[in-house]
Amino acid sequence: MARITAGVASSHVPAIGAAIDNKQTEEPYWKRVFSGFEKSKEWMAKAKPDVAIVVYNDHASAFSVEIVPTFALGCAAEFPPADEGWGPRPVPTVKGHPELASHIAQSVILDEFDLTICNKMEVDHGLTVPMNLLFGSPEEWPCPVIPLAVNVVLYPPPTAHRCYMLGKAIRKAVESYPEDLNVVIFGTGGMSHQISGPRAGLINSKFDKAFLDNLSKDPKKLTRISHLEFMREAGAEGIEMVMWLIMRGALDDQVNEVYRFYTVPASNTAVGHIILENKRKAAGKRPAGKIAKIAKIAKIKRAAARRKIDIRRG
Amino acid sequence: MPRKAQDYDDIPGTFVFDAERSREGYGINMFCMSLMKDENRKAFKANEAGYLKKFKLTPEQADAILKRDYNRMLELGGNIYFTAKLGATDGHSFRHLAAVMTGSTQEDYAKMMLDGGRSVEGNRSRSGRDKPAGKSKSKSKPSSKARSKRG
Repeated sequence: MARITAGVASSHVPAIGAAIDNKQTEEPYWKRVFSGFEKSKEWMAKAKPDVAIVVYNDHASAFSVEIVPTFALGCAAEFPPADEGWGPRPVPTVKGHPELASHIAQSVILDEFDLTICNKMEVDHGLTVPMNLLFGSPEEWPCPVIPLAVNVVLYPPPTAHRCYMLGKAIRKAVESYPEDLNVVIFGTGGMSHQISGPRAGLINSKFDKAFLDNLSKDPKKLTRISHLEFMREAGAEGIEMVMWLIMRGALDDQVNEVYRFYTVPASNTAVGHIILENKRKAAGKRPAGKIAKIAKIAKIKRAAARRKIDIRRG
Repeated sequence: MPRKAQDYDDIPGTFVFDAERSREGYGINMFCMSLMKDENRKAFKANEAGYLKKFKLTPEQADAILKRDYNRMLELGGNIYFTAKLGATDGHSFRHLAAVMTGSTQEDYAKMMLDGGRSVEGNRSRSGRDKPAGKSKSKSKPSSKARSKRG
């Protein structure tokens, strides 16, 4: 069966994409940001996901004010990079995984999460910037991607709690998919930032660091953050951190924090990043010896259970 | 009809893009979306006031666009991800627009960000309930309600 083995959260600041596209990553301002993702790229190269689910938001690229879906799942075979006003980013076309995506859609809708299905969709920096940060800038992306676009532009976005519960439904869906697939889920956006109005430039590192701590250890606490509190504490646009909770909901309650990075600023934004691994790895990823041992224990247990039944019957 | 009061109106220097603003600002945002196309950017630049006639805008909205009054555009229903397209048409980045909206020079704004950004202290609330989350009376009420709802 398919299994979600790890979650990654990362900011998706457009200026990070511009720095990559304009080859400014070695400039001191940007080096400070990019150096924080070196270890993450190494981790990702080892994690080798078969599929990545990327939770992100569209920024008036694929969706204008004409149609505003709260949760939109990309079920297409491919997702071209959107022209965000300066021509599309020079990144590879994102290949989808229509089979798993439509399986997820069917499963979570029956679990009462009324997703919008997108069989044609362009993706903007919200999705491609975190992919660059974790996969680098290859000729082709190393794995298929299932985009999940969340409305965080038109107030109100879905609540933190709703996002967390959607994560749980996605996990259930993935685990009921018959093919053995190693799935990694991304939550993107944030951290604290406000880019609109006279309060623009707001950063709240204290809030961000507590958010990272709780994301790792006590995510349920984060599901109680109200929209008012997100906007007041983390800036009007900082509310997009609700998307990180979809990722977190899709993981085990207890996780191993593998890596964390935080820096201020990238353009107007606090950059946050964390990698969380499920303690229970994908079945296919267990070393052969360990699998044999587990199978042996299970066989003994079954035999013991049978004996017990026999004794009672006797 | 006056705007319906909302709890988030208490956040200073912030225009939350909610359903009411979205309805009022539909024309502003659709105008901004049109600037995704190069031919439209050229047409707008050639005759700004004339180009705006193609959209349903109030005189106040058209005036804010022509004057590049970004805060006023937000107040009248524009959203930053849309108005940023107008900024891009003028050759400006998000950071440039942010500096403009805060009334700072580009240098001062860039320095503020490098120094860790605008502090939340003193910037939480208009009404003076400027305390960290969870301590003010105004916040404990809705959150406890939300908790009980969610079981």
